[in-house]
Amino acid sequence: MTDTTARRGGQVDAFSIFARFAPLIFLVILMAVFWVLNPRFVLTLNLFNIMLQVSIYGLLAIGMTFVILTAGIDLSVGSLLAMAGLVAAAVSKGGLSNRFTVGEGQDALANPWYLAALAAIGVGLIAGFVQGSAITRLKVPPFVVTLGGMSVFRGAALLFAGGGPISGFDPGFVWWGQARIGGQVPVPVVIFLVCAILAHVVLRYTRYGRQVYAVGGNPEAARLSGLNVRAVTTSVYVIMGFFCGLGAFVLSARLNSAEAIAGMGYELTVIASVVIGGTSLFGGSGTIFGTVIGTVLIGVLLNGLQLNNVSSYVQQIIIGLIIVLAVAFDTFAKSRRRTA
Amino acid sequence: MSEPLLRMAGISKSFPGVQALSDVELSVGPGEIHALLGENGAGKSTLLKILAGAQPPDSGTITLAGQAVSFDTPHAAQVHGIVTIYQEFTLAPNMTICENVFIGREPGSKVFVSWRRMAEETRALTRRIGLDADPMTLVRDLSVAEQQMVEIARALSMKSRLIVMDEPTSALSSTEVDKLFSIIRDLKAEGLSVIFVTHRLEEVIEICDGYTVLRDGQFVGSGRVKDTDIDGIIRMMVGREVSELFSRRGDAAPGDVALAVENLSRRGSSRDPSATVLANVSLSVRRGEILGVAGLVGAGRTEMARAIFGADPFDSGRVLIDGQPVRIASPQEAIRHGIGLVPEDRKQQALFLSLAIRLNLSMAALDRVSKWGVFVDEAKESAMVEEYRKALSIRMASPDQIVANLSGGNQQKVVLARWLALQPKVLIVDEPTRGIDIGAKVDVHNLLFDMARSGIAVIAISSELPEILAVSDRIVTMREGRVTGEISRADANQEKLMTMMTLARAA
Repeated sequence: MTDTTARRGGQVDAFSIFARFAPLIFLVILMAVFWVLNPRFVLTLNLFNIMLQVSIYGLLAIGMTFVILTAGIDLSVGSLLAMAGLVAAAVSKGGLSNRFTVGEGQDALANPWYLAALAAIGVGLIAGFVQGSAITRLKVPPFVVTLGGMSVFRGAALLFAGGGPISGFDPGFVWWGQARIGGQVPVPVVIFLVCAILAHVVLRYTRYGRQVYAVGGNPEAARLSGLNVRAVTTSVYVIMGFFCGLGAFVLSARLNSAEAIAGMGYELTVIASVVIGGTSLFGGSGTIFGTVIGTVLIGVLLNGLQLNNVSSYVQQIIIGLIIVLAVAFDTFAKSRRRTA
Repeated sequence: MSEPLLRMAGISKSFPGVQALSDVELSVGPGEIHALLGENGAGKSTLLKILAGAQPPDSGTITLAGQAVSFDTPHAAQVHGIVTIYQEFTLAPNMTICENVFIGREPGSKVFVSWRRMAEETRALTRRIGLDADPMTLVRDLSVAEQQMVEIARALSMKSRLIVMDEPTSALSSTEVDKLFSIIRDLKAEGLSVIFVTHRLEEVIEICDGYTVLRDGQFVGSGRVKDTDIDGIIRMMVGREVSELFSRRGDAAPGDVALAVENLSRRGSSRDPSATVLANVSLSVRRGEILGVAGLVGAGRTEMARAIFGADPFDSGRVLIDGQPVRIASPQEAIRHGIGLVPEDRKQQALFLSLAIRLNLSMAALDRVSKWGVFVDEAKESAMVEEYRKALSIRMASPDQIVANLSGGNQQKVVLARWLALQPKVLIVDEPTRGIDIGAKVDVHNLLFDMARSGIAVIAISSELPEILAVSDRIVTMREGRVTGEISRADANQEKLMTMMTLARAA
């Protein structure tokens, strides 16, 4: 018990500062590179578009941050997004029979937008609760449960949709995806940022937030500290489900259409956003701020690659590599902390 | 003295923001058992890592049998015959003993492993150190002491000249320690040298030939054990007088019975359903009293604590708080009834290593610092942390420092503070000073006294008899899941306790 051990954590360590701001630094560098490569990548014009593109990923990434903080994972988000979107569309249309009526015919629009939104979110909450319960009650690892969920929800969506898309919603519905506030800021971007702020407050300032970090950091210690580990673990999948439902609603509104193959491969992009934002896959450390930066970073990357005519296949390869590199960096930073 | 086998000189090492070692020396003769001593954070681990090739020194030289050497990998150190056995074992639990002994060096042809030869050679090694187990046994089925013997067998199989043991006795019962010591003496007789790290100074006197003391990353001194005594070594380690250490408190005047346990029984574990974990355990503790629970490792002390706390289920028996029977099926319920548990394994069971001190300290007592039941009132929380930082003299740079960066003693104080913040009626502390240095040990003991004085009923479980004798008002002993006796502090001594812990069932 020496002074040196106490000083260690207070001492400003250049590497730990770098580790903390790495995603932000990386984002700035990436923007600069794309700007040099392609002057069309003008920030003022493009930023809102990039944000609009990533807003659905971003909503899912907020939920995924809760899940990963508990050292869990949710692979089912893309499939659940498709299923919840179809349910929202069907509710809005009053059934599946008039799926192809497009737009204005008011008689075709059975239910107002808020019922559609509630339906989508309800589907997400229920699916999240079922998956969370399977993880905590049946003690099946999250990876396996949500891998199963990924297939179940996709199958259910295909079965439900019967193959084709459902499109043409009422203007109140579509507003949530396509309107711009003040003619500038897309509504989905506003929803994403508001949710991010709320999630930040929950994780940083509430007792519940503390419990999420505790359960992820050391579940046995959490239990022996009197926390209800099972309830907290289940709850993060319910939160994930909520964001799947909300994301499904916003996505359907933006496309004015819902289909069973929506959200394919989203889980990878979303997990990449969270991990690159500094949240540890081992649980117990990470922030919503990091996730927002990670999401924008992925958005800038994809946008920049598109503008430079890089094929979507190559983009997929790059996303996969990013996940591995981000985790490698996390592991490296951790081992450094341990030896220091 | 003859030419030393190992000589490390002028070793310095710094990490970002901290000078871990400066100009440290260590020399060990052939066939010598050498104690490396110092409080936690003194630099012992860093020095051993350098010796094991796990970290390079910034400066300094290592000489082995007169030859200058440098190791850049653990493998290089092993090739030179230096093998380190860490406190946390590095065995693969799902592999057999012989696979673990020969991992990476399996006998046989280039492609195929000769299981027969591997088993034979393993058997020869384990016999040599008195481990009587089939080489094909899975390591996870062995006790901690047996696993340690596998580690030693592995070290022997590498034809090592110097075995480094980092706190080899901290997880062993005293009979197991005796066995380990006889193994170490045999190794010495065969000419091997051993570097031995421990916090139990009696062991140094018992088994070591020479010693080296570090403090704050500096070399303090070294010498022959026969020329000194425990007090002398402690003075070098802490730079303070021994009379302050292990002072007993005055007689207490205990109040009403706070917690009573009646006929607590638990059969079987998932691994061995026929075994008895707890058999009719009955005991009680009064307000303001410290009840010591002594027993060998595996006597059921921890199991009893966990059953009372609701962390593990039990089959029959009941728990009474203030004379009222209560149903406790989870730690949550135990906490609601005012029971706290400081578990035996700080890192695995108590700390959230990736989180700040502040969050660790308040985790169980968020009720006390919440706003509208939902938010954490950070002003109140900071005040609470400050209160306990002062009361427990926890050394920290800031409350937002990550708890993993604290020394063991300070980490343990954070855990104790977590439970004090809950203002419990009954606090069970399981091995409260395991792996922490002497200065912090005294602090923890004084803290237990303060708790008792404030009316908390304390149950203290410890494998160290001097500790049990120092802190307890009354002592019960356990063996094989049963309470084997009860004795007041005035009547107790180490020999009596050892008898009660090891002999017949009834008291």
